[in-house]
This record gives sequence, structure tokens and C-alpha cells, in this order.
Amino acid sequence: MARMPVQFRLNGSDRAVFVEPAETLLGTIRRGLGDFAPKFGCGQGTCGVCTVLVDGEPRLGCLTLSVTCEGRSIETASGLADGPTLHPLQAAFMEHFAAQCGFCTPGMLMAAKALLDRNPDPTRVEVVEAIAGNICRCTGYEPIINAILAAAQQRGARRA
Amino acid sequence: MPVNVRIVQGLQEAASILAGDRGAQLLGGGTLLVRAINEGSMTEGTLLRAVDPVLLAMNTGGARVELGAGVTMAMVLASRDLSYLHAPARGIGGPAVRTTATIGGNLFAATPYGDFTTALLALDAVVTLHAGFGGARVMPLEEMLANRARGGVGLVASVAFNRPAGADAFRFLKVARVRPKGVSVLSIAAHLPQNAGRISGARIAYGAMGPTPLRAKAVERVLEGRSLDAATIAAAKTAALEGTQPATDAIASEWYRREVLPVHLGRLLAGETS
Amino acid sequence: MLEFRKDLFADERDDNLNVIGKGEQRQDMLGHVTGRTRFFDDHGFAGLLHLKVVRSPHHHARIRSIDVSAAERAPGVKRVIRGQDVPVNKNTLLSLIGFGKDDEPTLAVDKVRYKGEPIVAIIADSEAEALAAVKLVRVSYDPLPTVLDVQEALKPGAVVVNETYPGNYFEYHDKYDHQKLRFGDVEAAFRTADHVLEERYQMSPIEHASTETNGTIAAPETNNRYVVHSCAQGLFFSLGTTAKILALESNRLHFIGGTVGGGFGGKVDSLTEPLAVLGAILTGRPVRYVLGREEEMQFGSPRGAERHVIKDGVMRDGRIVARQVSSYFDAGAYTRLSSYGVVKCIAHMPGPYTIPNVRGDAYCVFTNRVPATAMRGFGVTGLDFSIEVQMDKLAHLVGIDPMEFRILNAYRDGDMKAHRRVAHNTALIECVQVAAQKVSWPLSETARRASSLSGGGGPRAAIPPTVTDESGRIGRPETRQAPPQLTPGAAPLPAYQPQPAVPVYQPAHQPVAPLPNYPSQPATAAPLPPVPTPPVPTLPTPPQHGAARFSSAFTRRR
Repeated sequence: MARMPVQFRLNGSDRAVFVEPAETLLGTIRRGLGDFAPKFGCGQGTCGVCTVLVDGEPRLGCLTLSVTCEGRSIETASGLADGPTLHPLQAAFMEHFAAQCGFCTPGMLMAAKALLDRNPDPTRVEVVEAIAGNICRCTGYEPIINAILAAAQQRGARRA
Repeated sequence: MPVNVRIVQGLQEAASILAGDRGAQLLGGGTLLVRAINEGSMTEGTLLRAVDPVLLAMNTGGARVELGAGVTMAMVLASRDLSYLHAPARGIGGPAVRTTATIGGNLFAATPYGDFTTALLALDAVVTLHAGFGGARVMPLEEMLANRARGGVGLVASVAFNRPAGADAFRFLKVARVRPKGVSVLSIAAHLPQNAGRISGARIAYGAMGPTPLRAKAVERVLEGRSLDAATIAAAKTAALEGTQPATDAIASEWYRREVLPVHLGRLLAGETS
Repeated sequence: MLEFRKDLFADERDDNLNVIGKGEQRQDMLGHVTGRTRFFDDHGFAGLLHLKVVRSPHHHARIRSIDVSAAERAPGVKRVIRGQDVPVNKNTLLSLIGFGKDDEPTLAVDKVRYKGEPIVAIIADSEAEALAAVKLVRVSYDPLPTVLDVQEALKPGAVVVNETYPGNYFEYHDKYDHQKLRFGDVEAAFRTADHVLEERYQMSPIEHASTETNGTIAAPETNNRYVVHSCAQGLFFSLGTTAKILALESNRLHFIGGTVGGGFGGKVDSLTEPLAVLGAILTGRPVRYVLGREEEMQFGSPRGAERHVIKDGVMRDGRIVARQVSSYFDAGAYTRLSSYGVVKCIAHMPGPYTIPNVRGDAYCVFTNRVPATAMRGFGVTGLDFSIEVQMDKLAHLVGIDPMEFRILNAYRDGDMKAHRRVAHNTALIECVQVAAQKVSWPLSETARRASSLSGGGGPRAAIPPTVTDESGRIGRPETRQAPPQLTPGAAPLPAYQPQPAVPVYQPAHQPVAPLPNYPSQPATAAPLPPVPTPPVPTLPTPPQHGAARFSSAFTRRR
């Protein structure tokens, strides 16, 4: 089967790849473009470790076909930092010990970014719902929720 | 041959491809089909992606609501007009699933999935189908679900239903072991229009209590013409399991589903759900 | 966050903690939040091939034939691996320390013994092509009867799961079909006890469900060596296992890892390393073998199921005078680490309590279930759960507050444990006291003044005359003690049954708890009579240590 060309922006850079027709966005980002931040965990949309942003919306890389992403803007955890400066979410995750093995972290960060980009001042319930699609087997979620709330607060303080 | 993907413009062309190629499946949000590819159960055939504005149309303002089959759960949640459908939409997966999961995909999702379909069933929804050549036909959702197991249903273009009678008239409950998202143990949708304090035109639908979402007609008969008081609710609970055929699966056993359904139905009717 | 109870055991340590209790950042945290942490799968290789496995759909079956011809011809397939291609196709994990017999094939040849057992490996250019080729392999089976319950498996005449252990039990020291613990005379104590309580506890296998599944990428490196990116929790262990199975010198393997996306014990079995490396050897190219989620749940080893039967003799005043524990570990079809889990279980009996008569029997049993492995608190959590529920039931039975009951029976420094070691650095009493204080659970004056440092030793340091037996000789099932029956003719617990109505046990939580009747105690509640100058108890000769940790389990290398 002939491979198909796809062009999209990945973390602000224009990329062009040839993909298998049924290739997933997760596979293209990892093996095709060498960005290993989003992970494989289940292939069925349950665990969320493959969460990326497509035009600002949270999407599961393992269930998204690359051929449907023509022209889109895709963000992964690799693109969060501004050069050497961490994104407030990254800094907050560090301060609040919101990771142990680190495998769920890239997906969590993107789910959190999707929330804060739309809702800069979420309630705790809204944070919980925003990461409802991301499984963590290590931390028990509390440090992650606290980190996201802290990042929201910190951004608000900076804007004020 | 590895799985192929075709993108076609226009529902009619998509419908005829589906009719002619048994290896072709229509791609909604991909939450079920791409999963099958990942797991190695689908290793050949064609995924068909239909691009047609009809699929994304949302006519929500009037008394008659029509939604394209490609409308996603996130789009439903973003529509204030559809607030009565927010509970079923919110229960589908997590936020990243909801940005791609479609109404049409949910119509074909095997039990115990299909919570949004359960809600549509209680709204007396009809579906517009394109099956090969010959244009569209309209069919009650209940009939489509009965035909679903046989296959060859065709392509669903849209669903339509009347807006529910009032804010409190439409209720939905999903029971899942994992909160806030999880696969259903069961779900219940209830449309309870009232006329002078008495229920008129009750529709109750269950999810994950049979091979497809189904109507609880015995409960509807009990409720009809009565006021929604303790005695009525007790009578409804007694009839709750009639016609159900719950399965044992990884989420819950048949026994458990039978045990808890009447309890949850009672709570939904009494307005006690959290 | 962290509260230091520096008042407890204050004179036993220096108060010079510089790190504990202060927040210290993880060395890998920056990598985690930037996505730069490299897990095994986060490595790119040109020409990477993908390996997928044909697995048994049966719990137990003879393999009549395997036809890979269609798979070999399938698009993208580079190599098909069968059992005969594996240099050493029979292994047991702990052979690396000389414990146990080789019993598990890397790829099944003539028989499959659990659902999901690997039979054929397919290596292809892409995962999709490998998955498609897996479907083209034709295996014909003769299904065999299965045994899925630990006690059924131990009965004479039961279906033989694993011919290496024809009695369906792991063989300890060439002598017994289980691990034994004997201390005193439980039968005599049961006869004179005020109450005897026997209960059965069990748990199903438990899935680790790490977000990262098991997997390996292996690639030819320089110097005729292979680099192996592994998810293993123990890299040296995995290297040794791979070297043995592939008959390679260890210095030809370069294992890189240690960054694990959640292990919890589920990444100790080297499930994917040997085949990935063999694939790299046979194709001369990098090979990636990663379990899908359904594979991880079905084939990836779980914490094994356990069943514990605890029979206790207790006096009206709350003293437990005898404890008999029979534990059955469901190892699944192959040993892996379950033999060691049983050793840990028997080492935990009878719990942190001084009980003058103890009898323990712990079995490592083979069934046609997925082979089990370690998971947090391997070998002990199931038993500890059972013991503690039993303690609550005993307290309820004699009408004593469950916290008081534990303090009464707790071991103290100087006590002789059932394993013939003197208890040292005990602290159960203090743990119960602090926990009770935290939840404002009232304790009697006596309980509040109890201490691990007093009341132990003396007569409690003696090793009692002990009844031993020949129950459970290897190859002699008639010597095995009959499995405990709660009622005559009771069937083993079925896999699932609807729950009958059971009365809910409410702990007796009264503002003024009745004082437990501590032994040798005057009416005015003084603590247990202190041992004035504890004589040095006559300790038994310490056992000879080989590899220290496994000293009690060492057998000669087979």
C-alpha cells in the first residue's frame, strides 16, 4: 500500500512525513519524527499516556490516524518549555512531586495544558475531570491535582 | 494487505462503498476501529472516512433537534441548547476521547458501550440512513438497533428527536466502577413528561442490560398516567428487570447488574442521583 | 507531612537526620516533566523490526502441529522463531542462584500449560505486518483437562500441569512438598483453648497494570555485542537470564535500563528480553518486542492468587495460645519466583505476635493459570491481610477491643519467635498506640503503658518442646495433611459466587473498654512484670550462610 504524505506543525515546527494509511499519530510522532514524549500504554484510549494537543484540543495519539491531521498544529510535552525556561505546569509538577516513574507525565501535562489554556482558573473538580482520561499508577493523583492548581494560581498571579 | 484508509467526499459515495466492500468500515472518531488495529484484531480491509457537512450539522434551536452522526461528544458538551444531553456525553471516556468520539460511532458500539445511544433511545430518536444506492431513509432508532447485529445497516447520516418536555423531564444516570470515567456497569435514561402532575409518554431506556440499548417498556407501562410518588416508584422497581438480558463481562456480572438496576432506577425516578 | 515520633525508642539512635523528612527532588524529575526521560521504547534505530507472538488460546493442550509457512511468506515478515531455535529452551528464573529446576520453555514445543503461553515469534518490518502474520500461523491442539484450583491440584491423581514437578508442587530441599514451620504443640493447645476459630481467606491474582507494558528493544552493537534496552526492574538478573537462555557469554550483552514506567514487581520475569535478543541475533537487525495491553493483562505475570486457612486457639482472657496456618500459593503453570514467595510467607507466620504454639505449612502449587510473579510485599501481603482480619474476628469472639487485643498478643523484644530467632527491635505495640491516638480510639491505661521494650524474654524466650512430623514428603501424597475443611465435605471456594448476606462486624468501640485480663497482673494495672536483668537466651546455632538472603532455601545447583 502506498504511503501517504501528511504535513502538520509539531511544537511550532512545520513537519512533513510519509505515513502508512492506518498509521497512528502516536507512531508517527515517536518513530517517524523522533519525539518520544507521548507514550504507548494501551492502544485503546483508556490510559491517556499518549495524550497530545491537536489544535489545542486533547486527543489520544494512539487512536488518531495521522492522515486525518493534515494542516493541524500538534503539541507534545517536548514543546512545553520555552528554551531553558520550564512551562509553569512543568515547574509546578516538579515542586509538588507530581511524578514518580514519569511514564504518565507527558500525557498528564498535555491534559492539564488543554484545561488551563481554556479555563485559567479551574476548580478542583474541573481539574479532576480534566485528567479523568489519564491513569497514574504511582502517585495516587493528589500531587498532580495540587500541581495543576498551583500552576493555575501562579499564572493568575503573574497576569495580575 | 495492511489496513487501507480512504477519504471520500459525500455521504452517498461513502454509502455505496460500504455496501459494495465487506472489508470497509466507516471511521467515526476511531475510538473503536483504531483500537482494533492496535490490538491486531483488524489487520486488513479499509477504513472509510466520509467528509460531508451533513455529518457535522447541529440544528439545536427548535423543538425538533437534528444532529449529524459525526458530531462529537465535545461538540454536544459545548452546546448550551443540548444541556439535557450533557450527562450522557460527559460520561463517555475522558476529555481526549470526547474530542473524537462521535454520535454515529456510539450507535454502533457494542455493549457495554453505547451510553449516548441509550439517551437517544429514551428521546424516541430516529436515524437517517444511507444504504447503498437509493438515497436516504428514516428509521426509528429502536429498529436500527434490532437490525444492528445482522449488519448491513448502512451509514447513519444523522439522528433526530424532539427536545425533551422540560428541564427536569429528562434524566440520565451512568453506573461505573471507576469515576469520573469508566465503562458502564449500566446506564439509565428516562424521559418523563408530565401532564397535570401525571406522567404522559414515559420513555425509559437501559444501557448494558442487553445486547443493545433497550427500552424498558414494562416500566413505561407502570409509570403511564401516574404521578411520580413513592408508590409509583416502588411499582416501577418491581417491573424494572422485565425484558433485560444483561451479560457477564469484564466490568460486571449478570447477577450484579440484575441486583443493582432496580435500585438505581428507583433513585433516578426519585431524583436522588448525585 | 511527615511527623517524627522522636519520643519512641529515643535512646536507640542518634538524632542526626539530614535528609529524611526534608523534601528532596528526584534526580529524574526534570527528565520526566520535559519528556526527556528515556524509557526502553524511547530509542530510535534505523531498520527497526517488530516482534509479535503467537499464543495459546487454551489453558492446557498438547500441540499436535505448528504450520508457519503462510506466516513466513506474509508481507514484511523477516524471520519466524520456533522453540527449536531457542538455544536453551527450558529455564527457571532462580536457577541463577541454584534454586529450583528448569521448567519453563521460552517458546512452547509440544505442550501449552496456560492461556497466553508463547509458541511462535514473528519478526516483521512493522507491528501491523507482524500482527497480520501472527493470524496466519496454524497451530493444532489437543485440549487437555485443566486444574485451576490450588487444593484440587494437590490431590492425588490431579491433572499434571508441569512434568518437571509431577505432584504439582515445588520441591523444597529434596524432602518436602512445601515449607514447614513447627513450634510447640498446636493440637494440645487447641484441646485446652477456650475457643477455636478457623477461617479461610483468599485472593485472586492481581494485575500490576503499570502504564508502561513489558518490552525490550535489542540491537547488534559493536564488538559482537548486543545492546538491550530493557524495562526490567533488575538489569543484572535479566542479563543473566538472557545469557543463560541464549547460551551467550554475559559480556556479549549490554543491558541499559533502570528507568521503568512502573514496575511494582511486574517487570522481574524477563518476559521479553530473551526473544528480542534472539531476534536481533537471527536477523542481524534491531528488534522491538513490546506487549500490547491485552497481552500484558493476559500473559504478563500477575501477583499470584493465594489461599490461607488460619486456625487459632484463644483463651477467654484474650491470649492466643495456638496458631495453625495453611497457605497455598497459586504459582500458575511455572515456578518463576513463587517458590521464593512461599519462603517469605512462612517467614511471616504467625504475624508480629508471640504465640507459644505455631504450625505453618506453605505450598507452592502449579495450576493451569498464568505463571505468577512478585508484587509489592511479595509473599506476605496476602498472609498479613488474612492474619489481621483473623485478629479482628478473634477479638470480637472474646469480646475484647481489637486494638487492645493486638497489644496483648504483640511480640516484645526478647521473645522467641516461631522461627527460633529472638525478637529484636519490635515496635508493633507502639504502632498500635500511635494509630489509636491518631484516631482518638480509647485505650486502657494498661494498653497505653505497654511497651515493646518490657515484658518480653524470660519464659517467653524459651523454645518449647516441639512436635515435628513427616507430613508432605516429596512423592508421597499420602503423607500430606488433608487440606483443612471448614465443614465436612466442603467444596473448595468456587472462582466466583454471589455474596450471601453476612453480618457486618462492628468493632467494639466503647468509650470505656473492658480491661483485658493480662496474665500475672495485679488489679491495679501495672505493666507486664518486667524481666529484671534479662538473661541472655540460649540461641540456637545460627545456620550456615551461603548466599545470605536465600540461606534457608539453598539447594545445590541442578
